[in-house]
Amino acid sequence: MPDTVLLEIARYSPEQDMEPTFESYRVPCPKEWVVLDALNHIKDKVDGTLTYRWSCRMGICGSCGMMVNGEPKLACATFLSSYAKNGNKVRVEPLRYFPVMRDLVTELGGFLDKLASVKPWLIRHDDSPTSGEFLQTPEQLENFRQYSMCINCTLCYSACPVVGLDPEFVGPAAIALAQRYNKDSRDQGAEERMAILAHPEGIWGCTFVGECTQACPKHVDPAGAIQQYKLSAALDWLKSFIMPRRRGEGIHDDNIGNQGRTA
Amino acid sequence: MTISATKEGLHSSTPAYTEFHPRWYRPRVSVYWWLGQWRYLKFILREISSVFVAIFVVVTLFQLRGLLGGPEAYYRFQAWLRTPGAIAINLISFLFVLFHAVTWFNLTPHAMTVRVGGNRVPDFMVAAPNYLAWLVVSAAVAWLVWR
Amino acid sequence: MERTSNEAFLWSLFSGGGVIAALFIPIYLFLFFLAAPLGLMTPPTYERMVALIGMPLVKVYIFLMCALPLFHWAHRFRYTLYDGLQVKHLNEFIFTFCYGGAVVGTVLVAILLWRIG
Repeated sequence: MPDTVLLEIARYSPEQDMEPTFESYRVPCPKEWVVLDALNHIKDKVDGTLTYRWSCRMGICGSCGMMVNGEPKLACATFLSSYAKNGNKVRVEPLRYFPVMRDLVTELGGFLDKLASVKPWLIRHDDSPTSGEFLQTPEQLENFRQYSMCINCTLCYSACPVVGLDPEFVGPAAIALAQRYNKDSRDQGAEERMAILAHPEGIWGCTFVGECTQACPKHVDPAGAIQQYKLSAALDWLKSFIMPRRRGEGIHDDNIGNQGRTA
Repeated sequence: MTISATKEGLHSSTPAYTEFHPRWYRPRVSVYWWLGQWRYLKFILREISSVFVAIFVVVTLFQLRGLLGGPEAYYRFQAWLRTPGAIAINLISFLFVLFHAVTWFNLTPHAMTVRVGGNRVPDFMVAAPNYLAWLVVSAAVAWLVWR
Repeated sequence: MERTSNEAFLWSLFSGGGVIAALFIPIYLFLFFLAAPLGLMTPPTYERMVALIGMPLVKVYIFLMCALPLFHWAHRFRYTLYDGLQVKHLNEFIFTFCYGGAVVGTVLVAILLWRIG
């Protein structure tokens, strides 16, 4: 087991540089170290100007996303030892397809706008239950539980080529989170979200590359969420074509039976 | 003297704070982005398979045209099929069409989650009926042509 | 909303075409365009082919086998040009070329099938 590993880290200072450059740092490589440990070591002991985001260091906050040897990864969840085999070199860059503010820090405003546009909150047209809370069976929870695991780390955006090619594309996480609410039996907002989703830059921009699902550290499967939405949007179009809809009926009629059911 | 934190501060008569905006680095995505990773290349090949599907339809159009033209016209079409160029095109088309079929059936479980009694049916059990249907249709066509 | 319902319709064609292409095309391609010319099977005679295509069910089968996969190609190729070559600015031209081509092919298939047998 090698003692050290070489990290090539992208450095970019907007006041000095026009483009990122790479700086190499040799760091110790204990068995249990992750990339984040190496970055913290560099910042503490070698070069205090290195700038990056991190917080929980256990894969739940979604702050420390970066490109490690060309793949989007969470720095706190990527072990250095797995790269020690490839000649001990680890290339760390900011997440792809986002503007870079400095070093490894990306500008996330665009993503946050896209996320807000799909209204990722429970939308109700009826009143809240007067007593108790909404009841939900385990099957109803299972419909959306996977999509609720998203930690907004934007690794999927860095994996998706369409995000890079079309800046207006809403993106995997936003659609997965929209589905998290669409499929929640307590939600009545599917119709409202459809305007953003069933749009050429919404789900239809997706060509099912599937890289988003590969990159996701929480196994959300955004690609699956998008394809399922495409299918339901297509079926919904067919239904409205054959039987023109009366006003008030939603895209997910299966929620109607469960609305307002309380203790 | 009023201070307003707006970008239009430069144009108003009162001094104002202009928001500091650092220069973000925005790399351009290369036209050759799909060569960067094997998985991206596999994706593009999957999409290119549709071109060979279209080529197959064109060849079939010529087959139908040959049939419409009478025995000699059909015979000429069949002779063209035996040329090395035609064999090459059709062989490559066949390989790409197979690639399309396999990737399509394997992706179907992602697009359609099937639930039986509250449990999600595993992926291969959603893909398997597709493969079965493929086998049945192919067998039926082969039987019809050969009998 | 018009554009979005267009996309849902076009995606449905793409999807249906993909299924048909996967199920129907491989065996047809193999039998008629590889096995027969390579001598692995004796091809049906001209008369047998015309008799087969004369059957309405076979006509429908061949029509579906040709028409829907053409729209599958149109949709997929359109997006490949957008993504692979980043030629989104040629939007209308690509759209017309792809779906127009599919329509032309479908019409040709229909005409040919109608007139055989």
